[in-house]
Amino acid sequence: MATATLNATDAHTHEHEHEHHELGFVQKYIFSEDHKTIAKQYLISGIIWAFFGGAMSIIFRLQLGFPDMDLTWLKPVLGQWIVDGKLEKEFYLALVTMHGTIMVFFVLTAGLSGTFSNFLIPLQIGARDMASGFINMLSYWFFFLASIIMFASLFTETGPASGGWVIYPPLSALPQAMPGSGLGMTLWLTSMTFFIVSQLMGGINYICTVINLRTRGMSFTKLPLTIWAFFFTAILGLLSFPVLLSAALLLIFDRSFGTSFYLSEIYIGGEALPNVGGSAILYQHLFWFLGHPEVYIVLLPALGITSEIIATNSRKPIFGYRAMIGSMMGITMLAFIVWAHHMFVTGMNPFLGSVFMFLTLIIAVPSAVKAFNYITTLWKGNIIFTPAMLFSIGLVSLFISGGLTGIILGNAALDINLHDTYFVVAHFHLVMGAASFFGLMAGVYHWFPKMFGKMMNKNMGYAHFWATFIGVYCVFFPMHYVGLAGFPRRYYSFTALGNGRMEAFIDMNMFISIAAILTFTAQVIFVINFVYSIFKGKTAPQNPWNSTTLEWTTPVEPVHGNWPGEIPAVYRWAYDYSKPGSAVDFIPQNVPYSATPESNLPEENDEIAHEKDIEDLLDIQNSSYSH
Amino acid sequence: MSALHAATAVPEKLTWSGGSEPLKASYGKLMMWFFLLSDTFTFSALLVTYGMIRFSQQAYTGVHEKFFFSTAHWPIPDKVFEAVPFLHGVEAPLVFVGIMTFILIFSSVTMVLAVEAGHRGDRADVEKWMLWTIVGGFTFLGSQAWEWTHFIHGPADLALAAKDALGNPIEGANLTRNPYGPPAFADLFFFITGFHGTHVFSGVILNILIFFNTATGLYERRGHYEMVEKVGLYWHFVDLVWVFVFTFFYLV
Repeated sequence: MATATLNATDAHTHEHEHEHHELGFVQKYIFSEDHKTIAKQYLISGIIWAFFGGAMSIIFRLQLGFPDMDLTWLKPVLGQWIVDGKLEKEFYLALVTMHGTIMVFFVLTAGLSGTFSNFLIPLQIGARDMASGFINMLSYWFFFLASIIMFASLFTETGPASGGWVIYPPLSALPQAMPGSGLGMTLWLTSMTFFIVSQLMGGINYICTVINLRTRGMSFTKLPLTIWAFFFTAILGLLSFPVLLSAALLLIFDRSFGTSFYLSEIYIGGEALPNVGGSAILYQHLFWFLGHPEVYIVLLPALGITSEIIATNSRKPIFGYRAMIGSMMGITMLAFIVWAHHMFVTGMNPFLGSVFMFLTLIIAVPSAVKAFNYITTLWKGNIIFTPAMLFSIGLVSLFISGGLTGIILGNAALDINLHDTYFVVAHFHLVMGAASFFGLMAGVYHWFPKMFGKMMNKNMGYAHFWATFIGVYCVFFPMHYVGLAGFPRRYYSFTALGNGRMEAFIDMNMFISIAAILTFTAQVIFVINFVYSIFKGKTAPQNPWNSTTLEWTTPVEPVHGNWPGEIPAVYRWAYDYSKPGSAVDFIPQNVPYSATPESNLPEENDEIAHEKDIEDLLDIQNSSYSH
Repeated sequence: MSALHAATAVPEKLTWSGGSEPLKASYGKLMMWFFLLSDTFTFSALLVTYGMIRFSQQAYTGVHEKFFFSTAHWPIPDKVFEAVPFLHGVEAPLVFVGIMTFILIFSSVTMVLAVEAGHRGDRADVEKWMLWTIVGGFTFLGSQAWEWTHFIHGPADLALAAKDALGNPIEGANLTRNPYGPPAFADLFFFITGFHGTHVFSGVILNILIFFNTATGLYERRGHYEMVEKVGLYWHFVDLVWVFVFTFFYLV
């Protein structure tokens, strides 16, 4: 701890000592405490998980689209799960469960927020690293441990967890209920416990970094919307994941120690179980108290990334900056009080149902504000269609078309009919699954030059975008009709659906499956582009997208500590694009108003007087890095 | 404490302008606060679980004096927890848990004194009060262990045991069997007080680490005792949670 007399020069030399100290391979690439390396670790883990999660969906889509197909050729991969050329029924359930778990938690939570919160928070707020690099490293390695355990569960003899990603008891609580509720379920719960610990450590780091380590001049109202999004995401995770932890621990006790928190009066195989007094509905309440905020944990980072990319590539200030913050804050708060709309059919009091319905429908307001602001930002902009921009616009499209069906499903009366059908599957895959995935992709294309110092191939990016965009709609748009026709989700086959409905929809199911296979295959374009560009891509310029935010003021490949010299000060918001009077079409955040008299608005001229005050904060800022 | 001096030097209108610690707290202390906020939700979920299960069960509606143990109604806590070590056969409802609670709250007081000594930079006093806090923590854990043991095994002398409706002595409860009342009572009791006890235990371990670092002069060399404050926050939180657990399990 430095003394009060510490001055800027001291802190500066102190930083230099750090730079010249070469780290060993293990510290630099494996147990790294550098936020940029941790972000890349999250990203690559996320991509690997996305491959597995996607491949699982392809296997069960084969079963749904081509129920009579001979799957013997999958035997080398799936082994005993293929019986007489058919997919084992129990394994179908395991695939559905693991697809959901992997995509929601390991790809779109860890892979999205883990990657971009880690990468962008220090770079965009002007910090040398996360508040605690050590806890940040632990956060990744707890996630890694969770990944290993979840992955191991795929190879157990009884198969991985199979009760759906929501693992409702009593199915999940009784090992004898189904094969997947045995060892697979135990490993699922163990893995998720470590995952929650990882989220907690990541979350408190993100929050404290944003509060304490913003560079001088970077007030909250000058933060890029990405940072606001990550900040709200972290708060959501911080307050909702612990409830899942409690739910999981209680479930572990029910499974392994004979308690009856969730179990009551159950007959299994004709035999009465001794458990009395618990409530399966209780689990659903606890689960969805996480489960619903989780939707926004997945979506908000994608929305933040999109705000940034759309403004940059429209060469226009984001429309309604404060409205964007306000709507994200609204979504964050509402996220905690709508969970029971997942439970309309549990026998809930209809009055309570209507309260939750009302609160749910209110979410349409901030969501619509966001969609409106994206479109008005695009309106009359000098749009540059980079792959990142296309994916961002794609996100807006998916967010709107998936969001509209949310209004239908949020209605308690309509939900009784549509609950647990493919209509729901189509809805959340568009609005949360595909939209967040598009945000993830947009982020990778946009910040790849900063991550790896190389450019990605543009044309491959375009091919990837169009194949994915068209593919996603081909998969999920027809799925609404399948759902409206009454097809329930998570069913292995529909031989007994009756009224010839199975036959009537066989073509559509086949179409969806083919579209899914093509969309999945198209992701190969991305992987090739990604890997190739890391090694052989063109060297990136310092600011390839002419963007205003601070990360583009670092060297092409940022050093440990991000800026070789002093961290730049910030004087303006992040969206000074195409400012009238300015010769250039973007003014970075670190350019003072005193340097741009030609484009200043009257109130901005008043700000010039305060620039000295902001610069004077340097000593204080540097001293905060010395303890 | 340059961070604190520096933070106070920031003009008020620039508090949130970046470059400083707007809440006048180091990131470490903030992290502890946010962790505690998160942990609040963990415990809240458990207490909500308690509430929901408890109120889905029958309550005892008769007169207090005529209360009898039965799986048909939720037991009255002061009939269950009425034993005190070394006082066989004495009915002392909630006396022992009262003592436990007092010890834990008192250990919070000694923690406050340790933090205060840290502000003065008085190493000897920090050591002294940390030691008392550790003693308090261990005493609480020991008492809890006794309370659990008594609840699990019942009294050593069956003649002194509580009687059920038929006059048979009640022997004790575990996670699957609870002669005092519905099984959920024992399940929730063991789970929630156990979860809290785990928190106390980790708190004691942290306190020992802090004591050790103080005794070796680490904080003196560092120039401040902020670690004592951070662990102090955790310790107060654990005490506060106990107040709620105590209220729900023993008083309501």
